[in-house]
Amino acid sequence: MAGLQPYVDHRVLLILQDGRAIVGVMAGFDQKSNVVLSDTKERVYSMEEGVEEIPLGLYLVKGDQIVLIGELDEAADKAVDLSTIRAEPLPPIRY
Amino acid sequence: MLIFSVFKTLTDQTVSVELKNDLSITGTLKSVDQFLNIRLDNIKVQDEARHPHMMAVKNCFIRGSVVRYVQLPAEHVDTQLLEDATRRETAVQKR
Repeated sequence: MAGLQPYVDHRVLLILQDGRAIVGVMAGFDQKSNVVLSDTKERVYSMEEGVEEIPLGLYLVKGDQIVLIGELDEAADKAVDLSTIRAEPLPPIRY
Repeated sequence: MLIFSVFKTLTDQTVSVELKNDLSITGTLKSVDQFLNIRLDNIKVQDEARHPHMMAVKNCFIRGSVVRYVQLPAEHVDTQLLEDATRRETAVQKR
């Protein structure tokens, strides 16, 4: 019902349980919400410097590590100059 | 199962979801599934200055297991009906 089908072939932002944020093009998913991303980059946020993008290539993320999957508006995303963004990294999930 | 049904009646309403990483997201409820995974449209992150991570994200899929609270629109929830239904369900389970 709340499936991931609409996100396939779209650039998405994944937020993981440990607070990491990664962006990539969703190549596929399964019923356990395991997700395969292509052209993946991790975005590392810090207060000291702008956002650092680390290329990760093809990535498989296990469903139980995922907090949130968001569809990136590519135009809005490109309009943001990541090197000017200062922010605390997102906190990890605490049960 | 009961709560799943309640959420289904609330589609297209505005809800606020607080996650277990202290992120609060407001948006239009698009769909829910059996795990209480939630799809939101037109999302807005509370305290966007502190959390610029999702600036370019317009809709998202939230994993049910990381949701701490969901703030519902009170006018669209029949609390009396919900109270009766929950009591009936626990009465059936006890038997």
